[in-house]
Amino acid sequence: MDVKARDFIPVAQVALSDPALRAAVKRATDTAAQKRLATMFWAGRTHGEALRQQAAQARRRALRDLPALLEQAEAAMTANGIQVLWAADGDEVRRLVLDIAARHEVRRAVKSKSMISEEVALNHALQAHDIDVLETDLGEFIVQLSGETPSHIVTPVIHKSKETIRDLFVRELDMPPTDDAEAMTQFARGHLRRAFLEADMGISGGNFIIAETGALCLVTNEGNGRMVTSLPRVHVALVGIEKVIATVEDYATLTQILPRSSTGQTMTVYTQMIHGPRGADDDGPEHVYVILVDNGRSDIYPTDYAEALACIRCGACLNACPVYEATGGHAYGWVYSGPIGAVITPLLTGLENASPLPHASSLCGLCKEVCPVDIDLPRMLLDLRHDLDEAGHTPPVWKWGIRGWAMVARSPRLFGLAARAAGLGGRFLPPRPPLPPPLNGWTRTRDLPELAPKSFRQLWAERQKAGKRDD
Amino acid sequence: MDPRPAPAGKCVSLFVTCMVDLLYPQTGMSVVNILEYLGLEVDFPMAQTCCGQPAFNGGYRRDARHVAYQFLKAFQDAEVIVAPSGSCAAMVRHEFPVLFAGDPWLAEAERLASITWEFTEFVVDGLGIDDLKLALPHPQTFAFHDSCHGLRMMGVGEQSRRLLGNVENATIVELVEHDECCGFGGLFAVKMADVSGAMLEKKIEHILACPADTIVLGDVSCMTHINGGLARRGTSKRARHIADVLAEALPEGVTYGR
Repeated sequence: MDVKARDFIPVAQVALSDPALRAAVKRATDTAAQKRLATMFWAGRTHGEALRQQAAQARRRALRDLPALLEQAEAAMTANGIQVLWAADGDEVRRLVLDIAARHEVRRAVKSKSMISEEVALNHALQAHDIDVLETDLGEFIVQLSGETPSHIVTPVIHKSKETIRDLFVRELDMPPTDDAEAMTQFARGHLRRAFLEADMGISGGNFIIAETGALCLVTNEGNGRMVTSLPRVHVALVGIEKVIATVEDYATLTQILPRSSTGQTMTVYTQMIHGPRGADDDGPEHVYVILVDNGRSDIYPTDYAEALACIRCGACLNACPVYEATGGHAYGWVYSGPIGAVITPLLTGLENASPLPHASSLCGLCKEVCPVDIDLPRMLLDLRHDLDEAGHTPPVWKWGIRGWAMVARSPRLFGLAARAAGLGGRFLPPRPPLPPPLNGWTRTRDLPELAPKSFRQLWAERQKAGKRDD
Repeated sequence: MDPRPAPAGKCVSLFVTCMVDLLYPQTGMSVVNILEYLGLEVDFPMAQTCCGQPAFNGGYRRDARHVAYQFLKAFQDAEVIVAPSGSCAAMVRHEFPVLFAGDPWLAEAERLASITWEFTEFVVDGLGIDDLKLALPHPQTFAFHDSCHGLRMMGVGEQSRRLLGNVENATIVELVEHDECCGFGGLFAVKMADVSGAMLEKKIEHILACPADTIVLGDVSCMTHINGGLARRGTSKRARHIADVLAEALPEGVTYGR
């Protein structure tokens, strides 16, 4: 997927002036955030926080031991009959999937939700080789049908209203017009059911891989994940290398906290642990491939940003973020949006391609508070801002503006003079003067405060003088 | 919160913050008056300017360090530092050790970090006082807005509710989504002015729907932002700093506990 994160401000502007979009995003994120609170802390604050710390520890342990766990996972999956492949980047992922498709004479593929497949633009590559590929997660199905990209990592069509989806189905699939969401879902279900039965290959992502048992874990709600991984002859799972965890016990922790943080469910409707292809008397695919995808992750691993790899893609930080609520996900310009997107898009695609994102935050800290694995996202945003400055991405107006301010603010004498000048300015300037660029954004929706005639330091000096006279 | 040196009985060095110094000097005086009412000696180191937070939060750490050095010099003799701002106190307390990592001044930065308090945190947690024994001249209704850095970096919020809750004639009501950001975020408010403005808009709607005329908070930066939005709306509702609200209830010529 092309990176368009440099356009954050103009794309956010479009969302800001779209009341329907903002209402849809607000409704959905508020609901998810409230359900999260109810299910995370169902047994009290202490219990919920303990679960969160346990999950954070499980993910940090896994990251610490990642190289060894990856080897252990590969051995265990191979012993289970899964064919494990490694992909360094998007090119390699696409080549591997196309090779598998050619080997098994695949003409039709069905997909369940996979954000990593969005990273590497897998659908385009398959279609370019005349392989039909259909998204089967309802949200992703709608995204594919409308030629858009997901605007949320868990709920891809969070930005769309029921009415726009209805119109899309009527236009693209000849659905008999209806406003009933259940009827619309049933219609899509019928459409998808045929595709499941005809598909040669199923493509999925993976929420976790358990190193000690070699199990590929998937949590889903619609049942499409189970269809994709069991009906076609071939199953290919794309999994980021950071998704490996050590033990079944860690999985037990993480599988409790992921749905709670994500959709506010205590458990997802479907929980799968896939151990390999079909046995002699079983149902299921004849071949299971797991492609372990790096695509920039091992570049993050040795840095101070390694903690970002602990992310379990629950979307809680998106649902909590007031910036995401205002802009929606498309402004972030790539696969991942919200606070985690503002951190990992620059890390995975290059700081220069995503320079506005670290600044797309008021640093309110809510993302850290809700993160189920305690990733310090505000800290990373601050560090990325520093990296941007160090790498010369600061526009001159800011560079010199800040430098000038710092020159004054580091000198008590100049600061005192500035305070006096401000006091005089307050007396002689017209009320509410317009600010010059780049500060004029403030006065579009906000008045300026009045300048005080005397600064605190002046008042204090006068008070000290008067006090001395009294003595 | 980590255990810290008990501040009682020590001279308080007021870190008034640059915004209070230039824009809201009265708020600084309110803090001084309350602390003196509590029988404390207050000093204002005249060499102080700013903690460097605007530059630090923008990523401009070199400039932030230049300004923060001045803070270290200004407060080198301080025993206790109190600031009427959750975010400026958080800058010193939590970000100075980051800013000065690997710097010869790190030890001094860490010392000052350990003795820095947000104003209400200082009174309630530091001095152990949650009833200032004050009465407002007339009944008033208040609601609180929790400033993000104060709340999430300093654990500040409950303290000011207790202080004001114990003031006679003060009624406290709930502001919807009181712990959600007003959209200020320092340079964010100008770099992404319209996103920030949309966040402010939501805060303003909640304030307009709230029965309280006065929104109480602990940071003049959020106050500037919120009042800028309220003034633009043409309403008479305003946000006020907790120290100003409390100082309004101070009796003349009386000292706490006497």
